[in-house]
Amino acid sequence: MTTTQVRPSVQLRGLRRAFGDRVVLDGIDLSIAPGEFVALLGQSGTGKSTLLRALAGLDEAIEGHIVVPRQRAVVFQEPRLMPWKRVWRNVVLGLDESEDGKPTRARASLALAEVGLTSHEDAWPATLSGGEAQRVALARALARRPELLLLDEPFGALDALTRLKMQGLVAQLCQRHNPTVLLVTHDVDEAIVLAQRILVLRDGQLVTDVQVDVPFPRRRADSEFGHLRSRLLADLGVLEDQA
Amino acid sequence: MTSTETRRTSQPNGRAEDSTVLAGPTSDSVEFGTGGPGGSTLHTDLPKSARIRKKIKPSRTGTGQVKAQSTPVDGRRRHRWRRWVTPIVVLALWQLGSNLGYLSFKTFSSPWQVADTAYQLMANGILERALLVSLARVGVGLFIGVTAGLLLGLVSGLFRLGEDLIDPSLQMLRTMPVLALIPLFILWFGIGELPKVLIIGLGCFFSMYLNTFAGVRNVDVRLVEAGQTLGLSRWGQIRHVIIPAALPSALVGLRIAIGVSVIMLVVSEQINASSGIGYLMTQAEQFFQTSVIFVGLLVYALLGLSADLIVRFIEKRALAWRRTFAGA
Repeated sequence: MTTTQVRPSVQLRGLRRAFGDRVVLDGIDLSIAPGEFVALLGQSGTGKSTLLRALAGLDEAIEGHIVVPRQRAVVFQEPRLMPWKRVWRNVVLGLDESEDGKPTRARASLALAEVGLTSHEDAWPATLSGGEAQRVALARALARRPELLLLDEPFGALDALTRLKMQGLVAQLCQRHNPTVLLVTHDVDEAIVLAQRILVLRDGQLVTDVQVDVPFPRRRADSEFGHLRSRLLADLGVLEDQA
Repeated sequence: MTSTETRRTSQPNGRAEDSTVLAGPTSDSVEFGTGGPGGSTLHTDLPKSARIRKKIKPSRTGTGQVKAQSTPVDGRRRHRWRRWVTPIVVLALWQLGSNLGYLSFKTFSSPWQVADTAYQLMANGILERALLVSLARVGVGLFIGVTAGLLLGLVSGLFRLGEDLIDPSLQMLRTMPVLALIPLFILWFGIGELPKVLIIGLGCFFSMYLNTFAGVRNVDVRLVEAGQTLGLSRWGQIRHVIIPAALPSALVGLRIAIGVSVIMLVVSEQINASSGIGYLMTQAEQFFQTSVIFVGLLVYALLGLSADLIVRFIEKRALAWRRTFAGA
């Protein structure tokens, strides 16, 4: 349930965005409680990423009212590391030198240790595998100690095995640091495994807003899992036989 | 979220791993650790495929000069001496042709004559003085042209206003052959050092400007966005994202500029010069000293070669991140 007592971490009112004649977001209202893990589902081209980019502050043409925490971090579908900076410098890029008295390098090491990449601190990004690079991107996001973590299909470009490992890592790290999370994805199973609350975006509107009551561990074989899955697929406008 | 954390301290392979904290309360939830044994095999697979890509790249573009890493490259290195065969044979035939009288000593000096002349010119300091004069010209000209090209390229690359004010005019000027300006420059600046330096500078300027501009404009917008979400200021973006991203292109510009500068030097020195390598050569032409002309050619070639080596060295240092990727 969206808590009304606590001041929401994210608050959107009447969010609207059109590309030419095509209206992608048509009056989105949404509030997300601090520490909530929200997944946003939608077919490709529905404007999920547009919504996330608006929250990240990357969309200047967005109309509406947005309240977001100052401390935000984004993990994109591609790692987007600066290839000319060694891994640890990428992690702390944009952080003030020796903020809170701790040398920046130590901060990078800490974040990299959390994603299991201690031995790659001095590597060039081009030498990393896709999964490793994405873990660096995750470390870079976490090193900022974000109140709001925006994940834009962060597992989309990974192979199936790496994706599973990354999902587990994200779940674990989000639990430890407890930021508010908005995960944009088109993978219904991924949303159910990770999120506390799932939204479906369709035709510019949030047509679904459900709490995920499936108990942990969430196994795909569970009947509750299957139920929710069918419902979400229907909301997405996909017939399950085709999915 | 229900949040009892489960800790697993022992890994199946017995490695001292950090305890894996899982998202769910029981250990048979969807389990993914940060560094189990499965992880390591998965990740060693990927760089291997990347390495294969690296191997193919240099041989396809034919740039050569690949560090030993694989068998075909090792082979190339082992047979390096073969590269010297052709030039040595040509020199030997040339010398033989001169000695047997097929080549006239007057119009086509023998290698030996050229070497002898070079030695004499060095011994009496003529070559050194001429070389210093030429080096100074090319150095100052390059510095002016490269600096101006770099600055204007950055300004018009970074700012729309800069582009509108600078780019169209430069694109128009660019179509004019710089060498055609020599008569005008002589009228304006006389026959001293100034017109020579300016011609060299102008020649270098355009390649530097165009490549810097293109480098800035080709920066991946996704990286710029990433920089924005990381909280980089405008200046931080320029320093950490745009300039490093534009550097490879700017260095290509520098390399072309250096090549052009030697050409400009040669031409400008042959008109109304009273010192320098070009002067040495025009003098030699009047006195029929063919071997001196050959020495001049040799010096010019060495000049171009060493300039290229310097840029390659800079590239190797500044673009280490890319070198690794290209597998050099």
